[in-house]
Amino acid sequence: MTTILTCTLKNLPSTSKWALRFSVRFLSCSSQLRAAPAGQTKSKKTLAKPNVRNIVVVDGVRTAFLQSGTSYKDLMPHDLARAALTGLLHQTSVPKEVVDYIIFGTVIQEVKTSNVAREAALGAGFSDKTPAHTVTMACISANQAMTTGVGLIASGQCDVVVAGGVELMSDVPIRHSRKMRKMMLDLNKAKTLGQKLSLISKFRLNFLSPELPAVAEFSTSETMGHSADRLAAAFAVSRLEQDEYALRSHSLAKKAQDEGLLSDIIPFKVPGKDTVTKDNGIRPSSLEQMAKLKPAFIKPYGTVTAANSSFLTDGASAMLIMAEEKALAMGYKPKAYLRDFVYVSQDPKDQLLLGPTYATPKVLEKAGLTMNDIDVYEFHEAFSGQILANFKAMDSDWFAQNYMGRKTKVGAPPLEKFNNWGGSLSLGHPFGATGCRLVMAAANRLRKGGGQYGLVAACAAGGQGHAMIVEAYPK
Amino acid sequence: MVASRAIGSLSRFTAFRILRSRGYICRNFTGSSALLTRTHINYGVKGDVAVIRINSPNSKVNTLSKELHSEFMEVMNEIWASDQIRSAVLISSKPGCFIAGADINMLAACKTPQEVTQISQDAQRTFEKLEKSTKPIVAAISGSCLGGGLELAISCQYRIATKDRKTVLGAPEVLLGILPGAGGTQRLPKMVGVPAAFDMMLTGRNIRADRAKKMGLVDQLVEPLGPGLKPPEERTIEYLEEVAVTFAKGLADKKISPKRDKGLVEKLTAYAMTIPFVRQQIYKKVEEKVQKQTKGLYPAPLKIIDVVKTGIEQGSDAGYLSESQKFGELAMTKESKALIGLYHGQVLCKKNKFGAPQKDVKHLAVLGAGLMGAGIAQVSVDKGLKTILKDATLTGLGRGQQQVFKGLNDKVKKKALTSFERDAVFSNLTGQLDYRGFEKADMVIEAVFEDLSLKHKVLKEVEAVIPDHCVFASNTSALPICEIAAVSKRPEKVIGMHYFSPVDKMQLLEIITTEKTSKDTTASAVAVGLKQGKVIIVVKDGPGFYTTRCLAPMMSEVIRILQEGVDPKKLDSLTTSFGFPVGAATLVDEVGVDVANHVAEDLGKTFGERFAGGSLELLQQMVSKGFLGRKSGKGFYIYQEGVKDKNLNSDVDSILASLKMPPKSEVSSDEDIQYRLVTRFVNEAVMCLQEGVLATPAEGDIGAVFGLGFPPCLGGPFRFLDLYGAQKIVDRLRKYEDAYGKQFTPCQLLTDYASSPNKKFYQ
Repeated sequence: MTTILTCTLKNLPSTSKWALRFSVRFLSCSSQLRAAPAGQTKSKKTLAKPNVRNIVVVDGVRTAFLQSGTSYKDLMPHDLARAALTGLLHQTSVPKEVVDYIIFGTVIQEVKTSNVAREAALGAGFSDKTPAHTVTMACISANQAMTTGVGLIASGQCDVVVAGGVELMSDVPIRHSRKMRKMMLDLNKAKTLGQKLSLISKFRLNFLSPELPAVAEFSTSETMGHSADRLAAAFAVSRLEQDEYALRSHSLAKKAQDEGLLSDIIPFKVPGKDTVTKDNGIRPSSLEQMAKLKPAFIKPYGTVTAANSSFLTDGASAMLIMAEEKALAMGYKPKAYLRDFVYVSQDPKDQLLLGPTYATPKVLEKAGLTMNDIDVYEFHEAFSGQILANFKAMDSDWFAQNYMGRKTKVGAPPLEKFNNWGGSLSLGHPFGATGCRLVMAAANRLRKGGGQYGLVAACAAGGQGHAMIVEAYPK
Repeated sequence: MVASRAIGSLSRFTAFRILRSRGYICRNFTGSSALLTRTHINYGVKGDVAVIRINSPNSKVNTLSKELHSEFMEVMNEIWASDQIRSAVLISSKPGCFIAGADINMLAACKTPQEVTQISQDAQRTFEKLEKSTKPIVAAISGSCLGGGLELAISCQYRIATKDRKTVLGAPEVLLGILPGAGGTQRLPKMVGVPAAFDMMLTGRNIRADRAKKMGLVDQLVEPLGPGLKPPEERTIEYLEEVAVTFAKGLADKKISPKRDKGLVEKLTAYAMTIPFVRQQIYKKVEEKVQKQTKGLYPAPLKIIDVVKTGIEQGSDAGYLSESQKFGELAMTKESKALIGLYHGQVLCKKNKFGAPQKDVKHLAVLGAGLMGAGIAQVSVDKGLKTILKDATLTGLGRGQQQVFKGLNDKVKKKALTSFERDAVFSNLTGQLDYRGFEKADMVIEAVFEDLSLKHKVLKEVEAVIPDHCVFASNTSALPICEIAAVSKRPEKVIGMHYFSPVDKMQLLEIITTEKTSKDTTASAVAVGLKQGKVIIVVKDGPGFYTTRCLAPMMSEVIRILQEGVDPKKLDSLTTSFGFPVGAATLVDEVGVDVANHVAEDLGKTFGERFAGGSLELLQQMVSKGFLGRKSGKGFYIYQEGVKDKNLNSDVDSILASLKMPPKSEVSSDEDIQYRLVTRFVNEAVMCLQEGVLATPAEGDIGAVFGLGFPPCLGGPFRFLDLYGAQKIVDRLRKYEDAYGKQFTPCQLLTDYASSPNKKFYQ
């Protein structure tokens, strides 16, 4: 805690208002610490349930997350996914033939490899007898891949599942316009030269204007950053608060990187380029620098900027999930249990990014835990404004009563337990791959810090959300 | 529903109190005095920005009244005098309304044009001061900003509007027969260019915020917010204020320029407008168009053109003077009084005077997927009602579903709806051929063919499957509801709902109650109609109810006039030049010759000689030849896809020739022909009031204008009698009675009003 403080304070002029605020926050944190000593008395000793298989994470890896358009830019998504898969094989030494099933999450699909899980698995040398499928659920696609795996194991269908996710934003499928496509398809069917010529004569220059993958919500046509800006305004989150939070994320990520805590990264030799071992989006800056940026979405007076938003990222992650008895039989020492999880969804217009607010109390209730039981929080940071709005929503009785049908608020997570090794704002956010990173960060933080329960939560396009409890595997 | 609405308004009310009390607190700090007496406006100071909040008490909307005006001036003078204040924000505390316009009653109370001119000049002076204010003023607009509200906003240095569907800007004065009298005619052309200004002022159309931004009418948009730590509307207003305050500061610090970058097209238009010849051409074009559309019956549009022209050609002093004078003149015209009367009537007919129904209608079923049935379904799904559309055949049903889809899709093309919203709305519609799901229906509206035995059959079938509370409504234009209800097991639940075609365009809904219809059933029907966005009149049952009954004698006269050798085109031009939106012969084609024939036969039987006139033989022969009007492609005219100018159907000539009657020269002048039509209409309307079919004259006027196209400039049959004198109409009727007999005999109530000139339908 103190190291964090000194680390971030170094970047600040001592007269800054922010420093004052931070010290206030520090005080409140410490009082919370005193009130509820972390990891001492838990509501439940374990979340194991009778007659339900325990499901464990044996290990998980990811490629370094890179800003799109950098070292990974010439790859295809399945190349990145393959790198994560081979990395996982290498890390765990799991015999390929014991893997029952492979599931990957992805969002922007490369049309050639629409089932990217299968293409990557084949290329990574997994058995061609191991089936694989791809899931998509926006920013919680990898979470969906993991929980699908959990379902397969819990129901006894599989014992060993590889789950992961991949996103390559350096290349996105840009299509011909519908008119052009229609003409090209009709040309295929045209038999005589006359038919072909008459089709070609209908060609207009505007047919050539390309169709970009929509960055907007389909149902509302609103881009996510725009929605985040409105969300921040709705909860009266100021620009300064957002910049401060972003700075915190970058500072903590830098520290974690420097201290070698991001141990889930596997080195990846990119063909024709150097071996990539480090995330390249971590850029601790200063509040003054950040204040200079213009708003990116609501111009000219919005509060969401490039500096307080997550950036377009390339990356892949993979994780080996097993039934506990299988893992133990194979001689593994698992890292964590995957416990209760929930998916939630709400209004995609005005509550697009409030998934964590809705999911957190629900998953805690399901598991029979309270916020005090949680030792580490790993939330997906889409935007600073989104995280802070979620904090405010979670800390509001009014919101809980009027929009969530709950009697009281769940409370905001204490900042000293929150995303201590950085988050999507600083590490990057390859849409399809972030989920596994969150779970591995929670597991590794629990191992390192000695806590028992971790809470992973994320929001996703479509107004959906997810939360899961990760329980440390006893040492 | 109503309860939740009440709660909503209550919570809003408390919200206002909070806002207002905060204003008070700020004021205590600023130390200004004598403020507690203000009721419409209060202000607080944020840093060096004064925030002026408008909130007229006890009203859903803010209107520019004398009190508001004087309080506003007081506040502004304080602001201008204060050294601490460098800029100001003008905002409403009511989420759905900035300022909805000038107080109409204030104008109505004036007796002379001079008084009205005075009001206009006072407002002009105030707004001029605003315009010349050295401390920048930002208008923060959320909700309707219309008429005087718009004129106030465009006098400010900067405008910020919420990009909400409720936020509309417009100059609707022309719809009330007046003109923007507070500098609008002078400022709008400068702000948005002459063509756009003419369009706004001559059509009175509402402009949504995003369009207003493109036009240069507002400078910034603010996105409405969702829920946060407060209800969305409340927080959105707060946010709008916060944004406006930052812009006010920026303007005062000269960091933001109030000048807007104009696009290329705008620059070109502006350049073109500097050429006198181009300007003259534009005035001419606009005048021609107005002349063509109004037939010279409405003085306001022409005066608007005149005033704008004066301002541009002779300078703004002359423009302002002309504006205030013409404003005074227009406010005294009969046309304006008629239009304002209609406005009041419309407001009245948008309320449910029967109270809230016991059970809210959530599930609706419509029988018959024809033009009417599908239309009813469309306006219902549009408002979130789960609607079953049932027809007897798959093709009929498919046609109806396609009609609903097309109606919604047209809205997408006009950008009133996104394609996603269209799909969501369309999913409220279930098309089916059986009675599945009717056990959940709260109301069934039948729109099957106008045939009593068919209606009976349908009623019996439906009553076997619907729940006890379900209302059965019949959409018929002439069949008496009590006859339809005769076979019902529960006549108290049977009611008439007479929609007008095309349902999605025509505003009127005529609701018909029988003696047995319960009050709750009526309340339920009115509630559904209001939800569908209709203007509603509630009339008593009887042959032809109110609207059809008024139309029938007029139609009978139409046939006679045609038989007397006036050709349909001439007849059309006579009726439209009197102010009817559609010519009489065209109207028959639109309604359908077979329908007209059907109704005429039915009502003729009941009312006998009073409804006689032309020979029904004409319609019967046309029907037998398949000339059913627009729907069959041929009626009095020939209708072809894509052909704009319709030609007369020469095949009708021979029928007309065979039924020719000699015209009576003493009553066949153009004016007489017009009045023969109108007086029969008016006489029948008064008779409906006399017999208690109509409850109030206001409903009679609304029904005639919105359902039948009675000239709006006359304000409806009753307003027409009040403004032009009942005696004159009785005199006309007597003259025609001499020529044709009983059909023109004025009814008792009408002669009563004629004999006592002080008696008015509207007191």
